[in-house]
Amino acid sequence: MTRGRIRARLRRSSLYTFSCLRPNENETLESTSLPDRPGYSRIVYCNQPLVHQKRPLRYPSNYISTTKYNILTFLPKALFEQFRRAANIYFLLAAILSLTSISPFSAVSMIAPLAIVVGLTMAKEAVEDWRRFIQDMKVNNRKVNVHKEGGVFGYKSWRDIRVGDVVKVDKDQFFPADLLLLSSSYEDGICYVETMNLDGETNLKVKRSLEVSLFLDDDATFKDFKGIIKCEDPNSSLYTFVGNLEYDRQIYPLDPSQILLRDSKLRNTAYVFGVVIFTGHDTKVMQNATESPSKRSSVERKMDYIIYILFSALVFISVISSVGFAVKTRYATPNQWYLQPNDPKNKLYNPHQPALSGLFHLVTALILYGYLIPISLYVSIEFVKFLQAIFINQDMHMYDEDSGTCAEARTSNLNEELGQVETILSDKTGTLTCNQMDFLKCSISGTAYGTRNSEVEIAAAKQMAMDLEEHNSKMPNFHQMEKINSGFEASEIELETVITSKDGKDDKHLIKGFSFEDSRLTDGNWLNEPNLETIILFFRILAICHTAIPELDEETGSFSYEAESPDEAAFLVAAREFGFEFCKRTQSSVVVRQRYPLFGQPVDREYKILTLLDFTSKRKRMSVIVRDEDGEILLLCKGADSIIFDRLSKNGKMYLEATTRHLNEYGDAGLRTLALAYKRLEETEFTAWNNEFQKAKSSIGSDREAMLERVSDMMERDLILVGATAVEDKLQKGVPQCIDKLAQAGLKIWVLTGDKMETAINIGFACSLLRQGMKQICISASHMDASAQDSKEAVKENILMQITNASQMIKLEKDPHAAFALIIDGKGLTYALEDDMKHQFLELAVDCASVICCRVSPKQKALVTRLVKEGTRKTTLAIGDGANDVGMIQEADIGVGISGAEGMQAVMASDFAIAQFQFLERLLLIHGHWCYKRIAQMICYFFYKNIVFGLTLFYFEAFAGFSGQSIYDDWYSLSFNVILTSLPVISLGVFEQDVSSDVCLEFPALYQQGTRNLFFDWQRIFGWMGNGLYSSLIIFFLNIIIFYDQAFRADGQTADMSAVGTVMFTCIIWAVNCQIALTMSHFTWIQHLFVWGSVAMWYLFLFLYGTLSPTTSGNAYQLLVEALAPAPIYWTTTLLVTVACNLPYFAHISFQRSFNPLDHHIIQEIKYYKKDVEDEFMWSRERSKARQKTKIGFTARVEAKMRHLKAKLQKKQSSSSYPS
Amino acid sequence: MNSNATTTSLGTGSAESSAPRRNSKRPKYSRFTQQELPACKPILTPRWVITAFLLVSVIFIPIGVASLLASRKVVEIVDRYDAECVNATTKSERVKYIQGPGDKTCNRTLRVPKHMKAPVHIYYQLDNFYQNHRRYVKSRSDEQLRDNHSASEVSSCKPEDTANGNPIVPCGLIAWSLFNDTYSFAINNRNLTVNKKGISWKSDRDHKFGKDVYPKNFQNGTLIGGAHLNSSMSLHEQEDLIVWMRTAALPTFRKFYGKIEEDLQANDVIHVTLKNYYNTYSFNGKKMLVLSTTSWLGGKNNFLGIAYLSVGGLCFFLAMLFSLIYLVKPRRLGDPSYLSWNRNPGGH
Repeated sequence: MTRGRIRARLRRSSLYTFSCLRPNENETLESTSLPDRPGYSRIVYCNQPLVHQKRPLRYPSNYISTTKYNILTFLPKALFEQFRRAANIYFLLAAILSLTSISPFSAVSMIAPLAIVVGLTMAKEAVEDWRRFIQDMKVNNRKVNVHKEGGVFGYKSWRDIRVGDVVKVDKDQFFPADLLLLSSSYEDGICYVETMNLDGETNLKVKRSLEVSLFLDDDATFKDFKGIIKCEDPNSSLYTFVGNLEYDRQIYPLDPSQILLRDSKLRNTAYVFGVVIFTGHDTKVMQNATESPSKRSSVERKMDYIIYILFSALVFISVISSVGFAVKTRYATPNQWYLQPNDPKNKLYNPHQPALSGLFHLVTALILYGYLIPISLYVSIEFVKFLQAIFINQDMHMYDEDSGTCAEARTSNLNEELGQVETILSDKTGTLTCNQMDFLKCSISGTAYGTRNSEVEIAAAKQMAMDLEEHNSKMPNFHQMEKINSGFEASEIELETVITSKDGKDDKHLIKGFSFEDSRLTDGNWLNEPNLETIILFFRILAICHTAIPELDEETGSFSYEAESPDEAAFLVAAREFGFEFCKRTQSSVVVRQRYPLFGQPVDREYKILTLLDFTSKRKRMSVIVRDEDGEILLLCKGADSIIFDRLSKNGKMYLEATTRHLNEYGDAGLRTLALAYKRLEETEFTAWNNEFQKAKSSIGSDREAMLERVSDMMERDLILVGATAVEDKLQKGVPQCIDKLAQAGLKIWVLTGDKMETAINIGFACSLLRQGMKQICISASHMDASAQDSKEAVKENILMQITNASQMIKLEKDPHAAFALIIDGKGLTYALEDDMKHQFLELAVDCASVICCRVSPKQKALVTRLVKEGTRKTTLAIGDGANDVGMIQEADIGVGISGAEGMQAVMASDFAIAQFQFLERLLLIHGHWCYKRIAQMICYFFYKNIVFGLTLFYFEAFAGFSGQSIYDDWYSLSFNVILTSLPVISLGVFEQDVSSDVCLEFPALYQQGTRNLFFDWQRIFGWMGNGLYSSLIIFFLNIIIFYDQAFRADGQTADMSAVGTVMFTCIIWAVNCQIALTMSHFTWIQHLFVWGSVAMWYLFLFLYGTLSPTTSGNAYQLLVEALAPAPIYWTTTLLVTVACNLPYFAHISFQRSFNPLDHHIIQEIKYYKKDVEDEFMWSRERSKARQKTKIGFTARVEAKMRHLKAKLQKKQSSSSYPS
Repeated sequence: MNSNATTTSLGTGSAESSAPRRNSKRPKYSRFTQQELPACKPILTPRWVITAFLLVSVIFIPIGVASLLASRKVVEIVDRYDAECVNATTKSERVKYIQGPGDKTCNRTLRVPKHMKAPVHIYYQLDNFYQNHRRYVKSRSDEQLRDNHSASEVSSCKPEDTANGNPIVPCGLIAWSLFNDTYSFAINNRNLTVNKKGISWKSDRDHKFGKDVYPKNFQNGTLIGGAHLNSSMSLHEQEDLIVWMRTAALPTFRKFYGKIEEDLQANDVIHVTLKNYYNTYSFNGKKMLVLSTTSWLGGKNNFLGIAYLSVGGLCFFLAMLFSLIYLVKPRRLGDPSYLSWNRNPGGH
């Protein structure tokens, strides 16, 4: 890694003023009194891992396991999981009973399907768990350098690390456990850590060791190192740590800045030494991990209720049967001499013990009518979902060229849930954004530079151009509108140029972090600009005011920068491109190579850094005081515009108005902005201030922070504004469009991010979740004064007040177009998520158009997800890419992981993995929509067909003395679900499309059919059940009456039970297959083959079965060929019954279509008559109307803008016509 | 992912990730996997609906008329004789009579209402007789009936499996309870021959009842059920048994008894001499003698025709209803104003 790189070894602490300070006094006091309190019992003997092999110091090993099962527990646990399904228990009982003589069917026919169903599902579980195990083993077997003995280090697997071990972690390695930082390659013991996997933040964090352990910077020094750490017990809080280190009979307090957390990565530091404090499942990251739950879709959960209903029906008719049987046995059977009722061996039909016989019969009946609850349903659903998952995996439109990954349905049992999502909870970094900052525009001395447009602008322009077109054609007659249009035209042209200019120059963009394009500034042309002075100053601020370190790539000779935040790196890259190349940092100076000096060759200019005032989220600014080569002292400052503008001197506001305008434009365009300012200092002025500053710096006490704050505040005043920068936080491809579409489909989008509030808000703007004119409700615990942070109750009360106030405000709002955005930070969330407050919080959040939660920990992400899921009782989808999203991915009803990125943890925990956020649109609107409808229709139909079949068995019982005789041959019953009706319903579940995929995208409103659960509500389910009941009655009684007693063949033979049963069965096959043909709206050759093939299959089956030896086929021998096929009554009955069964359904759908057509009906018709081609205007109008009225997304943004424009125009008109 | 820090320290990080790799994972295009197979997407236009209903009624009404005519052409004489042929009023007396010894001959006269074309089928009809009872249905052995060597396959025949320690052929309750009333017919003192050949299903005769299987040990147990079988005739020829062994679906059923191969004229009076042996009195079952001709549709049953006519009529009515609706309140197909967002704007 270090090859070809030169790095200055720096004592970086001198660069910082705030972040690397000693821990302040009160914290020390708190932590010295540690071990007395409960929850702080952990004792770690450093460098003495052997001590920790005995109790009570024996802590868990560093072995981690995220699997659900192990070899021993797999069988019982997986079986338990399987038999948690209500239906499986029933089938198990039926299978056991089928071994006795009570069963009306043979044992094999009961056990085999169950074994297949359970076996398949368990095999699937096993494979999934095996994958998790492999992943765990990879982690457990990673190697790390551990102190063995006598100052010698050697490699060990992660799993073998114990508490107390001293480990040495090299650059770009992960920490194997939670460590106490002892020392690093930097002499002041700092190191840089990337906590991407923990909280999703990519900016580096500085960790700093205690001064006392600084000498431990060599392998050999650990020979005799001993120390005792007393600290808190394992917990999940990532940002806190309380403990102390006892070394040399001295006690040193520890704080979070000395703790290196497992799964974070060492960056920019050659190596560190650390002591293991928490291992394995005790580590903070593992404490944050929630158990991976087995998820079930809501459709499937509802299906359980249907099964309960059917089971009740089953028990009910079984009880009727057995009571009927008992009565018959008691009163009729003694007279039925032909049954030999007095046979002593007869237990099941004993007229002397009718109750007992009835009880036995109950079991028989339960098995006999078992067809009401289709075991094949589970197999079919699993199979259908598997095929649906293949379609998702194979979708070319969800294939990412760059990373070469397809979408992946990792668990197929949630496919239909994709069609019912109500709320999307999204991570920001890596999901919405690429976490890459591009310097895009700037405003210098009131002049705006940078012609390239942000993605938001481009997309908005496209949308607007489209909408304008519509408006133009929509209301051509309105005089007033024409005026507006003419008003728009100018902007329209502008918009078009925006679009075209972008297209042509796309390939030019090569430099990472720099998308600036303006010939006035690039290539040294800025030398010819009128305001040269300010421009130079501007570039200097960019090049000097930062905390980054340059790194020279020897191969290319250019510099790259390691900065704390990607914005800063973008500034430096920009400065480099403009000719101010930051090339060296020493302890006290910064060297900038000026490539385009006023005259001659590039020169290196050195700036002495006198003071650096750090950036914190509270200050929202950063300044450096430097002395340039001419001896002039300058304060260079960059910061949030609101902060800077407050601190301008009277003569420093020259460009204020223009800059403000530009900043608003940038903000509108979704860019992150910073204002730059400077001021010149007199030598004496600086010295005076510096004395005070040093005093404050060296002071000890609780008010030290405040003092420093006050002193720096004194300095950062009377600034002169130079300009502003606009950086684009590069959104991932297609994110704004995707969010727009999802919003139009009626989905709510929440953003949960570990990032700072400002960053989150910026991104909110960038993806149109926020817009100008939206009322932002910020709820934050840090709004309060530092002094007021004394009691928890006070903070809580404050948060509650903020929430109630905001709710009040929303209630009182009268403007229907008003939109609110809720922004809440992690600290606020801790309180808002408490039991007594969370419902108020949720209510508020639901009322807001968009919700952004920032600075949230992984656990909080999961908690928020749970709150949304349980509070709204709607389906939630969580999407994220990092390990910090795992909790929320697992908690949500559907977890989606972004694959192709660095970590695989999110993908491993997810149910679906896609390569880019934008594929979510396709995944939900197309696959989700289809899968939901398919599964819903499939399940309804499945119950219908089994009710039809199962009830005919019951009716027959009433005519057979409730004896438990089936009118159908055993083989008919067995093949009914397996070969005769399974393929059509599977083809329905796999291939059905109500509308084509482009229509799904064009009409996002169609998605609402799933969210509102239109196809699986109780009305529909009961409708189907009623249809089944009707069909069963028709089939049974028509057949019974037609074949009552007379001859059915021309030569006089009467029909026996097998003939009647077969005719009845033929009718069932025809009726249910015609029914499914009526249900389908999309016939490919596959559906035709399966539906009509199934009918043909029945005749084929009957024919083949009839040719078998009569000992096998029994009374079905030659039945079709000899008796049924030549009998016209067989065919006429089939025709009559089939038509009669399907008549009500056909009439129903015809009526529905004519009077109450659903959206997809109309769209089908439009497509069928090619009206969309003939009347393109209508088509596009409907398309735009099909959007949900949302308050987020571009469309909302454009609409808001148009309203604004219209209002303006009207005002202008009225003022011109009625001059006052 | 592409954190700036990462890429800068890697130098050319972005170039790496954009390099094409594993292009083999790229899904191959096929209309199947992309769910773009050509499909016909029929939709229910009013024209289709009306056509379908009309079509059904156009097909169904003629079929209904035809089957009704066929059914009405069939001449059927039904004579219930169970009560009249016993000289007793109470159930127990009747049972006693039927179980007791003595001559059980009974004479009946039937009048032919209409010309009956040969062959006239003779049936006996039993009522409240549960031939479909599970205990009864299962009590038979197809192996034994078919194959001479499987005489001992009687495990499924309980409780009528063995008698005196030997297997019964044919075993089981069904065979044991074989119907044993007999009928003979005469017109004007001229005996009518009853043809008992060909009353069973041909496949049963040929394949299910063996030519070399003879009744053995039949009705030798303590309980005597129904008819005795001629032990010198193979089962293949015992057509009464073959017919009886086809168990009926309902407790009321007719079984083929024989055929009269000559026309019967209207107002002919038939004298029936029957032997009333079979005990239906225990379970209050009726016994009937039925003479019937057949049509192409089988015996007399008006229901099929009526059902066809009703369904056809209903469809015709629905067709009219739909046409009326279509005329009165037509909905233009694909009319976007019916889309949900147009019908209740704002409120989704």
